[in-house]
Amino acid sequence: MQQTNDVVIRFSGDSGDGMQLTGTLFSDTSALGGNSIATFPDYPAEIRAPQGTLAGVSGFQVHIGSEKVLTSGDYCDLLVAMNPVALRANRKWLKKGATVIVDADSLTEAAVKKAGFQTLDPFAELEITDYNIVRAPISSMTKEALAETGLDLKAVNKCKNMFALGVCFCLYDMPLDHTENYLRRKFAKKPAVAEANVLALKAGYNYASNTHIFATTYQVPAAQLPKGTYRTISGNVATAWGLMAASEKSGRPLFCGSYPITPATAILEELAKRKDLGVKTLQVEDEIAGICTAIGASFAGDMAVTTTSGPGLSLKSEALGLAVMTELPLVVVDVQRGGPSTGLPTKTEQADLYQALWGRNGECPLVVMAACTPSGCFDAAFQAAKIAMEHMTPVILLSDGYIANGSEAWRIPSMNDYPTIDPPVVTERPEGGFLPYVRDEKRLARSWALPGSPGCEHRLGGLEKLDGAGTLSHDPQNHQRMVELRATKVARVADFIPEQEVYGDPSGDLLVVGWGGTYGQLRTAVDALRAEGHSVSYCHFSYINPLPHGVEKIFSQFKTIAVCELNAGQFADYLRMNFQQFDYLQYNKVQGQPFTVLELTDRFRTWLKNE
Amino acid sequence: MIRYTPQDFKSDQEVKWCPGCGNHFILNAVTKALPEVAEALNYQHQRFAFVSGIGCSSRFPYYVHTYGFHGIHGRAAAIATGVKVANPTLSVWEVTGDGDALAIGGNHFIHAIRRNIDINIMLFNNQIYGLTKGQYSPTSPLGKITKTSPYGTVEHPFSPGEIVLGARGTFFARTVDVDVNLTKECLVAAAKNDGASVVEILQNCVIFNDKAYDAFLNKEVREESTIVLRHGEPMIFGKNRDKGLVLDGLKLKVVKIGENGITRSDILVHDAHEPNPGIHMMLVNMKAPEMPVALGVIRAVQDHTYDDQVRDQLIAVRMRAKIFNMDQLLHSGETWEVK
Repeated sequence: MQQTNDVVIRFSGDSGDGMQLTGTLFSDTSALGGNSIATFPDYPAEIRAPQGTLAGVSGFQVHIGSEKVLTSGDYCDLLVAMNPVALRANRKWLKKGATVIVDADSLTEAAVKKAGFQTLDPFAELEITDYNIVRAPISSMTKEALAETGLDLKAVNKCKNMFALGVCFCLYDMPLDHTENYLRRKFAKKPAVAEANVLALKAGYNYASNTHIFATTYQVPAAQLPKGTYRTISGNVATAWGLMAASEKSGRPLFCGSYPITPATAILEELAKRKDLGVKTLQVEDEIAGICTAIGASFAGDMAVTTTSGPGLSLKSEALGLAVMTELPLVVVDVQRGGPSTGLPTKTEQADLYQALWGRNGECPLVVMAACTPSGCFDAAFQAAKIAMEHMTPVILLSDGYIANGSEAWRIPSMNDYPTIDPPVVTERPEGGFLPYVRDEKRLARSWALPGSPGCEHRLGGLEKLDGAGTLSHDPQNHQRMVELRATKVARVADFIPEQEVYGDPSGDLLVVGWGGTYGQLRTAVDALRAEGHSVSYCHFSYINPLPHGVEKIFSQFKTIAVCELNAGQFADYLRMNFQQFDYLQYNKVQGQPFTVLELTDRFRTWLKNE
Repeated sequence: MIRYTPQDFKSDQEVKWCPGCGNHFILNAVTKALPEVAEALNYQHQRFAFVSGIGCSSRFPYYVHTYGFHGIHGRAAAIATGVKVANPTLSVWEVTGDGDALAIGGNHFIHAIRRNIDINIMLFNNQIYGLTKGQYSPTSPLGKITKTSPYGTVEHPFSPGEIVLGARGTFFARTVDVDVNLTKECLVAAAKNDGASVVEILQNCVIFNDKAYDAFLNKEVREESTIVLRHGEPMIFGKNRDKGLVLDGLKLKVVKIGENGITRSDILVHDAHEPNPGIHMMLVNMKAPEMPVALGVIRAVQDHTYDDQVRDQLIAVRMRAKIFNMDQLLHSGETWEVK
């Protein structure tokens, strides 16, 4: 047995082969064993595309390590391919010399041809004959193992993934108990199915162990992680929980009005489960109703949220203006996906930045934030809600498909470590009467008088308001003053958020700049170059509007500033607009895929060379 | 118990509707209805909230001294839904028009009704777009000549009541702007009904669609061409109270009491509480001059409300909850220690 510190594994098959579950069980087992983990599902937009076709390939990548892993990994050490088309689709993700476990039974002439191969030797065609190819008869061995169970062929075939998982557990010397427990829990009402899956799992493990199909097996020692209690968490669940934490800290009930949309739906699903903690969720008739019910709930005093992805944010634009005008707290979570239009619904991208910043009529500023990692979504959502309520403004929180669906091990925080949230709620008539647009001096936030409070009756709406009194006003000077007040209110949020930080040395040759969900790859790539002795630092943005204080000071200390993002250069343009005195290089990828660390380090080296 | 007067619900804002606009009458009816509603439901002043969309009708919240929210075009039903779910102790009123509720906001309108959220929806129907100065609306009659249909419209209008019943509505009433007493009666009934209660108010736009309903609301003919329905009372109308409605096969028919052996006991008795919407649909669709136009509370049936169910489910789940705070949630499920 060999020790290794870092392994990337990709499970791939037809959508319906259970690859997402297989990958999750593998990563959970690794995490329970003390490894640092990060995962990323790469699934198609089709629910059950035709079997054996490229459109139907569903993948799940797991990165495990003995040191903190920040990404789900670029290229894999092990590919589990349930059919020839999965092999073909994932060829580009193989590390040189990687191990490939393929279901030998799936390599029929018909399937190989359907997968688009010209010959009957897919390995030669993909030029991987010298890789460590393991042809395991997964289908037939599963069938054989379950012969006695009396299950029909369809049910037996559904256990293939557990056989494959058993093989992987053997290769990485991992225990089966977590998976067994999981299966028995999941199929509690169908014990025959549970036992069949367990049988397949064990059969796979024993097959690999007895037949010595692997020349070497590996062990990934436990990571040296900070002490504490850990769990795995995905970005979407962390977002939901962060919002709930803000509700708890503010005492305002959480209300979420939403419409299902990939890849944001899991937030609504998670919130819908949490009636035990008093969360109100409305699955409404459309995206517009999502934000409008939320605005109504905010008016009535709830901590209001709506969750969506790019196309949904487009539909919510007009209502966002209403929230800006009525100066009500509101959190809009946009889990970005490939666009424009329907675009690439299941793929990741960061191209909604312009839309979040400017996609409304009129002078319509609001706070824009971005979450950086799956577990980081918790803090980002908490902060978004805190700012929304304390500054009486809508906040757009940008997440993306990569961190939303990705998961990682997370040291569970204590709610004692989070600040209280203190919204300017008014429930009694102030002396002299309640005026809805009177502001506090520091934040310029107006008060939040809750309907039901005696003596605070007031009217809000989308028409321009008279400064202070909040009655309708078409006065030209008042309009300009209100436009400025709304802008200043948002700008002042910068006084209440942490100063911009830089990772690495405070000055040097190259400053890599990123924002949002690319944190893991950029940080890993910067670490790699720093380890080689290069003068590279990293500036990661979680607050987009307003930008934090201290950015210019950081930027001025580097010879080269390079903005890397998964769009055509939106944040780079935004920085040019805000800090014109600097030059910015760009690295833009718009392929629906996250950065790979390899392409980043290559690019960084080129930049350093050309300096 | 505080007794309110209409004055308590009048705001200090200048009312800016056109002189002679039907909305003035409706505002008058609302401020008269609210003290009655407050008394009937034992609600204090601060528990009323008015929500509107966009259009002439939607200026309404500025003119009633309650909590108010002037939303965006078509979205009042969604905003009102949010208000009611967030705070079910409020009496929530939506003010909308034929364009706001039936064109741009049609989706929210039908779904609010389908869910039976406990809000009162006042639908001001003037069969025209007033605030944009005279274009046809989804309720404009076929062939109507307007600025955007100079040769007449070529589309069929909606009948609001038909949509309400089609969307499984539990309450529908129809009234006329100038009939302040009938409007007040319908509004109080709507407020007392739990669920999405729609009151269609036939409203006259003096500028862009004057006398739209003149054919049957004109003083000369009104008593002969309309019928005011009240639960439990026979469906009788006419200046001399001598006409009534009976079922003729599967259709409603107007008969004259005293002719052809018809007596009062032959006349249908209005049952607004009947869950089957069959007769209600026929009443809603009666058109002048062949039939009298139905006014009053046409349908008022009991059903679970959305906001009650949201609340009940929250309570039920919390009764058997094992997680009571965030710290417990964070530690729930699979966790492991790093020492």
